[in-house]
Amino acid sequence: MSQKNTEHGQYVLGFILAVVLTVIPFWIVFAEALSASRTALVIGICAVVQAIVHVRFFLHVDLSRQKREDLDLILFTLLLLIIFIGGTVWIMTDLHHRMH
Amino acid sequence: MTTHLYPGLNLGEAHGEDHERSETVVFGFWVFLMSDLIFFGMLFATYLVMRDSTAGGPGPKELFDLTSVSLQTAALLFSSLTCGMATLAMKHDEKGDSPVVPRSVGLWLVVTLCFGLMFLFFEIRDFLEMFAAGSTPMRSGWMSAFTALVGLHGLHITVGLIWIMVLINQIEMKSLEGVIKRRVMIWALYWHFLDIIWIGIFSVVFLGGML
Repeated sequence: MSQKNTEHGQYVLGFILAVVLTVIPFWIVFAEALSASRTALVIGICAVVQAIVHVRFFLHVDLSRQKREDLDLILFTLLLLIIFIGGTVWIMTDLHHRMH
Repeated sequence: MTTHLYPGLNLGEAHGEDHERSETVVFGFWVFLMSDLIFFGMLFATYLVMRDSTAGGPGPKELFDLTSVSLQTAALLFSSLTCGMATLAMKHDEKGDSPVVPRSVGLWLVVTLCFGLMFLFFEIRDFLEMFAAGSTPMRSGWMSAFTALVGLHGLHITVGLIWIMVLINQIEMKSLEGVIKRRVMIWALYWHFLDIIWIGIFSVVFLGGML
């Protein structure tokens, strides 16, 4: 029973954090509270933190499990994503500037 | 404290053999999710490259309805919570090796289904409005990239909703309890994963498009 209450609490905590991290960027964009570059920065930070909150509290993945090779799968995928997306944007932006 | 066979959502030791048997299957599903993440990642990269390629047509500021997007975001976030409640009900509402999946699981799944349908309703309505205004995927590179990325997520949600309906039906028929527990776990992983993809979509595509 106590394990259920703990896990229940974790979900509710994760949900509250997720709501806060969703409301902040939406509010800033709706209210046009900050300059464009600062808004982009806040949106980016909130998105990364919220993704971590979802993985930690909803998918229950953290860094303390015994089976680390399974975690390696997730971390390796993130590495691939950074290389793919970062590389694509870098090359295409560079090309875009050179064409002008 | 329970020992965990794999990281992430799991049934827990109280479910004995069902917990152990699901190990390989759930890990296999993680492999699928991560390859799916790469697929979405490439569409995000394409979208970022195509961001300003509107070919003189309407762009994000003219087309996006942020109120509708915030409603979709809220629906998906609530569905994630109710999805979590379904997995918790399955883990704890009845003792370990009980022969049937608790009915509360089915009820939480029905609530999740409703939120999912609400999300899909607003998303499809937004797409139809854009298409009606002449902004079809053929209009510009940006619109093609947008339709591919957001459309693929919507397609995943549709599949997830059909999946819930099958699960609800199987729980009602009270058959193959161990297998159903595993299926609900895998579906929950899938559903939480889609919500994480949506964080990327509303941040990069919708909110990013307003800047």
